[in-house]
Amino acid sequence: MSPPLSPAALPTPENLALTELFVPAAALFVVLAIMLFYRAVAGPTTQDRLLAVNVLGTNTVVILALLSVGLDEPWFLDVALVYALLNFLMAIAISKFTVERGGVL
Amino acid sequence: MIDQLQFWAVFLCLAFGLFFTFVSTVGVLRLPDVYSRAHTASQTDTLGAGLSLAAVALALGWESTTIYTVLLLFFVFLTNPTAAHAIARSAAESGITPLTAEDELESETVDDGASAPGDTAVNAGEEGGDHA
Repeated sequence: MSPPLSPAALPTPENLALTELFVPAAALFVVLAIMLFYRAVAGPTTQDRLLAVNVLGTNTVVILALLSVGLDEPWFLDVALVYALLNFLMAIAISKFTVERGGVL
Repeated sequence: MIDQLQFWAVFLCLAFGLFFTFVSTVGVLRLPDVYSRAHTASQTDTLGAGLSLAAVALALGWESTTIYTVLLLFFVFLTNPTAAHAIARSAAESGITPLTAEDELESETVDDGASAPGDTAVNAGEEGGDHA
């Protein structure tokens, strides 16, 4: 990138390649998440759909973490943390709701 | 040297994370039962997500955001199998019977009967003998 190439700046292309590795990986994770939509839509039982949405949420957390490095936006990691918490809460709450409907939930 | 090592560690973690997430996706799409799907969702997906988050943490290096990533990694490692267990347990309590080897054998014989009509006659004869 910088025209005066000093010996101290030699690892910079390596670092660039390192961060450029993450956006294609995030794209592949997006493809896998789109594949998971089939089970979320066509799952025979409620638990199938819930499981597919849970795996999809984990995929989303990983995609957010990869994009935070690939696009150099550190606040994506906060979003990923909140999303992981909400994903776990959603799985527990809906699996409780399907067993005893009309209780707390 | 260290940069090369970091690059290849990140590359390997990302590649294995992608591979295990692909295995988990294929398992969730192709396996025949809620329980087997919960199995692959709890194990393979946790490993894939953990390896990918480890790649992120290795790429960030010694920064304050690495703490977030390691925290996220431990949280995913704790909660993902727990959520899959809760889902499988709710499936068990709402009356979904797991697919066993006997069901597998029954469906195989039914498939054979659908494909070959001679086989159904043999099966019917066996059942008739059983009843008599």
